[in-house]
This record gives sequence, structure tokens and C-alpha cells, in this order.
Amino acid sequence: MSAAFDFAKDNANTEVASMSRRTWLKGVGAFTGLALTVGVNGLVMAANAAAPAKKYGGASMPGGTVNDPLIFVSIGADGIVTIIAHRSEMGQGIRTSLPLVVADELDADWGRVRVVQANADESRYGNQNTDGSRSMRHFFTPMRQVGATARLMLISAAAARWNVPAAEITTKNHEVLHAKSNRKLGYGELAVDAAKLQVPAQVQLKDPSQFRYIGKDAFGSVDFRNIVTGNTQYGIDTRLEGMLYAVVARPPVYGGKVASFDPAEALKIPGVVKVIELKGSPPPAKFNPLGGIAVIARNTWAAIKGREALKITWDNGPHGGYDSTAFKVTLQEAARKPAKVVRNSGDTMAVLGQAGKRIEAEYYIPHLAHATMEPPAATARTANGKCEVWACVQDPQATRDTVADRLGWKTADVKVNVTLLGGGFGRKSKPDFVAEAALLSQAMDGVPVKVTWTREDDLRHDYFHTVSLEHLESTLDAKGKPQAWLHRTAAPTIASTFVAGAKGEQPGELGMGAINIPFVIPNIRIEAPEVEAHTRIGWFRSVYNIPHAFAVQSFVAELAAAAKRDHREFLLELIGPARQINPQEMSDTTNYGESPVLYPLDTGRMRAVVELATKEAGWGRKLLKGHGLGLAVAYSFMSYVAAVIEVVVADDGTISIPRVDMAIDCGPQITPDRIRSQVEGACIMGLSLALTGEITFKNGSAEQGNFHEYEVLRAFSAPRDLRVHMVPHKSSMYDTMPLGGVGEPGTPPIAPALCNAIFAATGKRIRNLPIRDQAKKS
Amino acid sequence: MTSLNINGKQHEVDLPEDTPLLWTLRDHIGMTGTKFGCGMALCGACTVHLDGAPIRSCITPISAAAGKKVTTIEAIADDKVGHAVQEAWIALGVPQCGYCQAGQIMSATALLKTTPKPTDKEIDDAMSGNICRCGTYTRIRAAIRQVADKGVAK
Repeated sequence: MSAAFDFAKDNANTEVASMSRRTWLKGVGAFTGLALTVGVNGLVMAANAAAPAKKYGGASMPGGTVNDPLIFVSIGADGIVTIIAHRSEMGQGIRTSLPLVVADELDADWGRVRVVQANADESRYGNQNTDGSRSMRHFFTPMRQVGATARLMLISAAAARWNVPAAEITTKNHEVLHAKSNRKLGYGELAVDAAKLQVPAQVQLKDPSQFRYIGKDAFGSVDFRNIVTGNTQYGIDTRLEGMLYAVVARPPVYGGKVASFDPAEALKIPGVVKVIELKGSPPPAKFNPLGGIAVIARNTWAAIKGREALKITWDNGPHGGYDSTAFKVTLQEAARKPAKVVRNSGDTMAVLGQAGKRIEAEYYIPHLAHATMEPPAATARTANGKCEVWACVQDPQATRDTVADRLGWKTADVKVNVTLLGGGFGRKSKPDFVAEAALLSQAMDGVPVKVTWTREDDLRHDYFHTVSLEHLESTLDAKGKPQAWLHRTAAPTIASTFVAGAKGEQPGELGMGAINIPFVIPNIRIEAPEVEAHTRIGWFRSVYNIPHAFAVQSFVAELAAAAKRDHREFLLELIGPARQINPQEMSDTTNYGESPVLYPLDTGRMRAVVELATKEAGWGRKLLKGHGLGLAVAYSFMSYVAAVIEVVVADDGTISIPRVDMAIDCGPQITPDRIRSQVEGACIMGLSLALTGEITFKNGSAEQGNFHEYEVLRAFSAPRDLRVHMVPHKSSMYDTMPLGGVGEPGTPPIAPALCNAIFAATGKRIRNLPIRDQAKKS
Repeated sequence: MTSLNINGKQHEVDLPEDTPLLWTLRDHIGMTGTKFGCGMALCGACTVHLDGAPIRSCITPISAAAGKKVTTIEAIADDKVGHAVQEAWIALGVPQCGYCQAGQIMSATALLKTTPKPTDKEIDDAMSGNICRCGTYTRIRAAIRQVADKGVAK
């Protein structure tokens, strides 16, 4: 492409002295005496009394946001507009959606837009950590500004060339127009001039009623064609000249290490080139490789066969006794006695001791594995003082920092190329597997090495979703109204993966639907027992909202049943009248990193999704024997989602799902069909974890190795009819209402809605996940 | 040496005979459209056609593919049913991350070629060997139904 509006050359300042995650995490180590909070991105931060004025949203993230068109847009003399996608694509469609926002404000013809994936450089592109359902939330406005500013520069260039006032110039579909003189120029013809102009500081954004792409459905994805023809490049697909293939035998227990090994038999396998010990690092794991023995071969199969032939003796370390059955008891004990109070209003304990109908229940959700269809995989070439990697990573900058740290090099010497991700769900926020590839290429004197995780590696060495025991108590008065609410939420924290000894849920985790419940109950007390972690715990799609929503929404249904009330009416009454609650009033100090003023918890919006989902589902309709309707609602990542599931329970306990109705209010909608598809997918993932999802531990190791042991939902179990209803909004809301997240919020209400439906169908209350055959008639 | 016919082209590969077709395609022939997902024929990501029948290439040794016709996602557009399936996938916005979709498309194409008007149950039976962790199942069903309704496969 001939040059023009030139973003492409690296400016000299790519290594701005912003505090990298690496430094950040090291800093945390030095401050372990301070209160720990887990940020919305889950990284551990030390709460420092002398901290500068609090920032929120995109501004609070490493790298912040960038709205410079010279960074994100280039226009060739041929008119082709190239837009940089700086967030990682894992199925949410962000690689299409953000460039679409730029193109809309730019008045570009989408057919003449090309999208190029950014490599890791937050000092240039702003934050790239693609998790927390926040890509569009944080970058909608900056990307509008990028497009609008580039458009304004094209207009200014035309004004200068025609010598007419800029105010007389308009744009339409890739052209700049001057109606008075009936002249027009294509964007490509103005690009060189425009790029020479000063970037204007102020720019008028489009009136949302004029959007051509935003909020419309017709644009699919820039990747669809390549996906259906097998032409995409995921992390596992990288091919470099002379590349070798590696698989790694990792310590079966978290914190374990190699005691001794014998490579002789492995080296006899045809195609095996070398066996290398890969150094791990002691817990906390952070983003570091687990270590182990790597087999390097001429193809992946030979590496797998070679690994099978290895003889390794492991030193299992302190977590060698981790047993999930025993740990459930540990969690129960912790949840049955008073613990650290994290929200308290009224006098819950006194009221629970008084007369009234007392209800108590405990809910359990086991560890889960992400099981992305593409397992972790990365290719690296570590040669001549430079390391270049190709990897399926959600957090490119953390990848770069981690690789540099493990090599002991400067970040500037590491380049991270971001491929497509074959699923992410939070697993690929952690770049341990990329550092493995970088270290192995270094050990092979610069020969490029691809590390592929087999499914067994993926399931046994995941950064697992936490395990949780939720203990709830309430008392109903004579009218059936809850007078008190006690919730003890006992789960290991993700902070334990970063800071040794971190115990129990941290504020950011509690703010995922445990403390920030808007219920109209006079006495509310939430406690967080300090339980330890014995494996790597990490973020999993919607994170702590999964256990919290399961417990809270199941318990509300149990209370409704005890009060002999309709669940929907009872739930709406608990949510109470439409009002906006500052999360701080609920002792939620984190609010997903967003401003409590900009993002209050809006009970009107919560009510509205309950009303929409139940209306669409025909709540209250007459059902056949064995059918049941279940309802749940959850607020997470600044969005509101309600689900109504219709279930059929056969006599043998077999569960089928004829219909699901989900209602989402995520604020203004950018790409409606990708919102629908994300909510559909979140539903399927929620059903998976509810029905069969479980990783168990014995003698410190995960017991499930492949999809026959870790079952996920398949086509035959999918809902027959899955409908997503979006709360409509006016176009003016694009300028007035802040955006909510989309990728995660659909998951939390699914498990409770399903169990509530099973209860409605059978009278059987399921409190321990997964459901498996518990719906069977006893 | 094993002689493989892949998408109409002969390839000679010098690999142990038990090497799975999957890794031969990906690592030696350089065709990465066929995906690895489990290595045990549990997820369907590696589905290709062997003489027109869908098979899991992760457990199919090259010795079993020798002398037969292998068709992969890279060439399924040459088949009119395969092409129609791809177009339906795009039209209905089926893919999310897309990783499993090559296998899904290979399974769907094989189904429609043998069963042009599948029932709901036949669709579920044929597609339940293919896992999609993004959860695109309902759209996959709808896309298969769309191709069937158009009568492309007859």
C-alpha cells in the first residue's frame, strides 16, 4: 500500500516509562502488609493510603486509552483504510466492532476497510488486556474520537486544497464533498495532505441518529470468511522456517518440581530432537511457567510420544495432599462460623435469632476448567538478543512483560504478535505458556519452537475457576418478607496466584454479586471466611459472579417457595422500586473499576430485564407434567441479565431444555448480533458448568484429563429454542448512557435459573453443582 | 513413505505409519485449517472426510488414509454442499472464536450429503461429536436447516 496517513512507523517512544505489570507485581510483593484488592482485571494491587486521585474505567487501566488517529488509522492513496484492532479477538467480535466504530465516525465505506491486529504495546495503543468485558465499554468513545478526528483532518486537507471554508465541506461514504462548487475527492486522494496536519484537539462526534454501522446488524465479522474456509491463524497455527515442536510434562501438583528424570527412552522415539528441563518458579505462580520436562521434536506427535516415554520423579511439595472432597468440608466448616464481615447493615445476627420462619441453605460450586477449544499454544524465536512470539493471548502487554522477565531481558527486546484466539474465557489472560516457548527457543539456541498444550495439559494445569461454598440464612416474617440476610462466601481468592498466603475473597471478588445485592431487606450481613488456595486460581468467564449468583438467586427462589409466593413477584419485591444505588452504600468499593457515580446499580434496569424475560417466556403459563420454568437475574460487568429456562425432567432424571429466554440490558448496543451471540454462548457455558462442570483434585492433582472426564455441553443437550431479548434504547443514549459489558454477564444467571426450573418441575432443590443425575426421582 | 491424496493432490510423507493424519496435515504438509482439540476423537475439531465420510483425523493413522481420498476444510468449498454450508455459516453469523468451526462444517457437510433433509434428531446425532465451547450450537442447527430447506443437497 502506498504511504499516506501514516500510523505505521513505530515512534521512538514505544517504551514510555509507564509502570509495567511486571514491576507492578514485584511491587506488590514488597507491600504484602497492605490491604489487598483485586482490580477489575483481577491483577493484585496494593491499596496505598498515599495513592493519587482515584481514576476509573479505561483511564484506570495500564496504558489507559488512546484516541490518536495517527496510531489507529492509515489511508492509502488507493483509498484503502486500515484500522488497527488493539484488543484480542476470541469470538466476541471485538476485532470487527471497534474498527466498525472508527469507520462509522470516519464515514468510511466498510468494504474499503482493512483490519490489522496490533502487537503488544500499551504505551502506544492504550490498554490491551482483553478481559473484564470492557473492550467496548472503555474504547467506544476513544474509537469514535479516532474516526471523527481522522475525518476532520481529511476535511481540513480538502478545505486547504479547494480554498473553501471547512464548514462548507461534508463527507459521504469515503468521499469529501463541497456541494457549493460540486467538487468531491476520495479519501485516498487527500490522505497524504491530511497526515501532514496537526491532529486537532477538539472534535465533534456524529449525532448517533446518523450512525451507519453502529447499532446495525449487517456487518458480520472480518474473520467469518477465513474461519469457514480454514484460513485463519490461531496461536496453534504458527509455522516458521526450521521450527521445532514441543510438549512439556509439568509438575502434576501446584508448586511441585522435578526430583529426577531420565530422557533415554524419549530420545529413542523417532523425531524427538532433545529433552530439556524447563525451570519453573515457586508459588505464587503469577504468569510464570510451571516448569517441568520439555520434549522437542520434529512434529507435535513425536513430541507427545516422547513425553509418554519420559521417566520423571516429582517432588509434589506442600499441595500434594489437596483433595477436593476433603476441601469441601474445610469450606463448610469455614462457612458455618463467624468470619470477616465485609458488609453489615442492621443487626442480622440478632434478627436471625428471633422468631419467624428461618431458612438456611448451602451451595457448592466446584473448580472448573476453561477448556478453550484451542488449548494454550505459542511459538517463539529467541535469537540474537531479540525474542519474537506469536501467541493467542488476551493480555498482550502482560505477555511481553512476562516473557522479558523470564528471559531476564528488557521489554523492548520482546515482540508479541497476537493471533486469533480459539476461545479465551480468561485462560488466555495468563501467558505462562508463551514464556515456555520463549525459554525453549532460547535453550535451543534460537531455533523457533512451538509449544502446544494437549487437552490433558490444559485440563490438569489450568488456572482453575475457584471452588466455593456459599452459606445463606434468612428469616421470614409473618407476611413472608425476609427480615435478615446472612451470606458467608467461602472461596479461595485469585490473589493467591499472585501473592503468597492471600486468603479468602477480596473486595473485587466480593463485588461480583455477593456484597452488591440491592435487596430491600432491613438487616444484611456478608462475611468472607479466609480460606486458602491449593492450586492456581484464575479468572473464568464472569468469575466470582458464578458462585454468588448461583447461591443468591437459588436462595431467593427458596425463600419465595417458603413464603408460598410466586418467585417472580417475590424477586421484584426484593429488588424493590426503581432507584439508583451507589455501590459504596453496599460496601462495594471496586465496582468493576468503574465510577460509582457513572455506574450506580440501577434497580429499575434490573427489574426491566426480569419483566422482559418473564414476559417473553410466558411466565405463569400452564406447563405439561415434568416441565418447569426457572428464573434468575444477575448484575455483572455493568450489565443486567435475566434468564428464564424451561426444563423437562424425565423420570430417569434426564434433563432437556426446550426453551431459554434471556433479557439483557447492556446499555447502548454497538453490534447487536454479536451481543446476541455472546449471550447465547454465555448461556451454553452456564448450562455446561451447571450440568456437568467439575474438576476434582486427588493427591494434589486434577483428576480430569479430557472431554470424557470433563464433560461440556454438546449439541444434543443444547436448548431447542434459545432467545435473546435486548432492552431497547433510544439512539440518543449512545451519548448519554455508559456502556455495559457483554462477554461475561450472560453466564451468572444460568445455573440458578436451571436449578430453579428443576425445582419447579420436580420439587427437588439442587444445591451442589454439577447437577448430573441429581434430578432423578429418589 | 506413505502416499496421501489430500484435496486431490498427492503427497509423499516420510513418517512412522502410526502418525495421526491430523499432525501430518498440520506439521508436515502445512495445512493448519484442520484443528487439534483433544487427541481422542472426543471433540471433532479435527474432522476431515475420508472417501467422503467424516472421520477424526487425530486418531486416524496415515496408514489408514493411504490410498483413500482425504478432503479437508481448505477444499470443502469445491463441494456444492460444503460451499452452501459455509455460506449459511456466514449468513447466520454462526462462528464466534471459530476454532471448532472447520470440524463443524466438515460434519455438517457430511450429514447433508447423506441426509439432505435431516430431522432435528438427525442433526443433533450427527453434530454431537463436535464440541463448541463458545456455544454456537443453536445457530449451527439453524444453518444446517437453512441449507436443507434450500434443497442444495437434494
